[in-house]
Amino acid sequence: MKSMSRNAWLTFAASLAGIALLFVFEETFDRFTMQIFKLCAINVILALSLNLINGFTGLFSLGHAGLMGLGAYTCALLAMTPAQKEDNFFLQPIVPWLLDVHLPFLPSLLAAGLFTGFVGWLLGVVALRLRDDYLAIATLGFSEIIRVVLTNAQPITNGALGLKGLPRYTTMWWAWGSAIAVTVFLVLLIKSSYGRAFKSIRDNEIAAEAMGIDVFGMKVLSFTISSFLCGIAGGLLAHYLTTIDPKQFFFLKTFDILLIVVLGGVGSITGSIVAAIAVTASMEILRFLDGPLNLGFLVTNGTPGLRMVFFSALLMIVIIFRQQGLMGTSEFSWDALARIGLLPRRGGKERDG
Amino acid sequence: MGAALLETVDVHKQFGGLAAVSAFDIRVEAGEIVGLIGPNGAGKTTTFNLITGVYKPTRGKVLFDGRDITGMAPHAITRLGIARTFQNIRLFRDMSVLENVLVAQHMRMGTNLFEATLRLPSYLRRERRIHERARALLAEVGLDAHEEAKATSLPYGRQRRLEIARALATEPRLLFLDEPAAGMNPQESVELMEFILKIRDQFRLTIVLIEHHMQVVMGVCERMYVLDYGVTIAHGTPEEIQKDPRVIEAYLGVE
Repeated sequence: MKSMSRNAWLTFAASLAGIALLFVFEETFDRFTMQIFKLCAINVILALSLNLINGFTGLFSLGHAGLMGLGAYTCALLAMTPAQKEDNFFLQPIVPWLLDVHLPFLPSLLAAGLFTGFVGWLLGVVALRLRDDYLAIATLGFSEIIRVVLTNAQPITNGALGLKGLPRYTTMWWAWGSAIAVTVFLVLLIKSSYGRAFKSIRDNEIAAEAMGIDVFGMKVLSFTISSFLCGIAGGLLAHYLTTIDPKQFFFLKTFDILLIVVLGGVGSITGSIVAAIAVTASMEILRFLDGPLNLGFLVTNGTPGLRMVFFSALLMIVIIFRQQGLMGTSEFSWDALARIGLLPRRGGKERDG
Repeated sequence: MGAALLETVDVHKQFGGLAAVSAFDIRVEAGEIVGLIGPNGAGKTTTFNLITGVYKPTRGKVLFDGRDITGMAPHAITRLGIARTFQNIRLFRDMSVLENVLVAQHMRMGTNLFEATLRLPSYLRRERRIHERARALLAEVGLDAHEEAKATSLPYGRQRRLEIARALATEPRLLFLDEPAAGMNPQESVELMEFILKIRDQFRLTIVLIEHHMQVVMGVCERMYVLDYGVTIAHGTPEEIQKDPRVIEAYLGVE
């Protein structure tokens, strides 16, 4: 019991410190840093959402770019004012029933999540009959279908012109508030009986089925929840960027998120969070690689995209030397910190003997 | 004789041109321990897979407790009360010993997603109950000291016992054991026989087992069926089977 309360106290103190830190960041970060900081939060949600299907349920899905686009468009179209919509849709007018819809941010965001979740459910019911690479191909194809539909459904999405001038709703509190809420939800989910059922499917599908787990139903459930979270992230992204167009949701976007998941550890919430923040920050920190470089003996011209080579190299190193990524399937815990000596061990007396 | 707990009627399974199982008729009474033997490739595991829903029979019917379960999904069949272990052990490898047993109780927990993620008192009560039961089952198979260990880190014999504990956790009435004594030494085999008899009485089980270990089969089974090339060539008590010329021919060949 004593150690329970120690951990509870530590968690409580860490939460307070975290919130205090957010206040400090809000005050001290300049606009540019703050944008990156918000993007970290959005990527945390995306990585967690992809990790739920790929890491915890063991389904190789590559549909996240499209689902994200769906969430972004849904949220944007619901939250824009009629006047903004009329400004945007100058080539072809928006369908009348959508013109006058104007909701506050929270309901728009939830609607984006629910709609994306619903589409994810539809996709899941069809595609989850497939396995492994076949599932990956089907979901990747579906992601592209969404993008093509977004490009061509001009009266609804404004086609390739995209949507501009969205209200800048995604403040730091929205971004990090959502990221924290999603994290708490996923931790509770994964540690529940449902989380165990998801993991059993990942570990051995045939055995899971023989133990009475409705494997197909569970896969669809996991996929739907993941799509819901992905839609939320999409909505936050739309009102973070304030400009969206279908090209942003090209399937390569999925691999950016997959990179985070693999680096952090497939099947680790902690890993996804740490990797999402690290990768998002490095994308900016390493921006100097894209410009002219002075290597001492050689001055290169700017090579746009060179910083991506760094991530490719990093990914290769991880795949060869540490396939489990940063965290493998383990999670952060105070007891784990104590084990590696960063905290005083509890019950030290018995262990010393 | 009462109504059979398990009955198959003229079950066939074709894999392309190969008749893996043909005209399989088995009848198992409640409380019996029935053996299924035969040379390698005789179709024993296939019959298990046909009954537990992994495969769908090409023809014929499977009746469990008078109910037609032919072609039902495996998880639905498990829910009705049929559990199994696997010939090539299939544990949830990245999960702990305790979690392996907990998963098997998910179906009987009767919880829902909201209750579970919000940690409502009703869920916590159920969670405590299945933890207690899981620990009791692990104690039953002598694994209570290893509940935090990763399932695949256990030695082979213990993995087999964990599989049985996991199967028992689904609260079955009928238990299929696929080669439970595989890889065991004579001492362990004797312990296994005692264990099978014990769980039969304790959990009021009916057991069907596949086994190559003749000492085990003859020791615990009241009746047995012999398969060869998918055909049931004999059935009867161990004594009858031992003398049956067709069984001897299937195992040892003919002069």
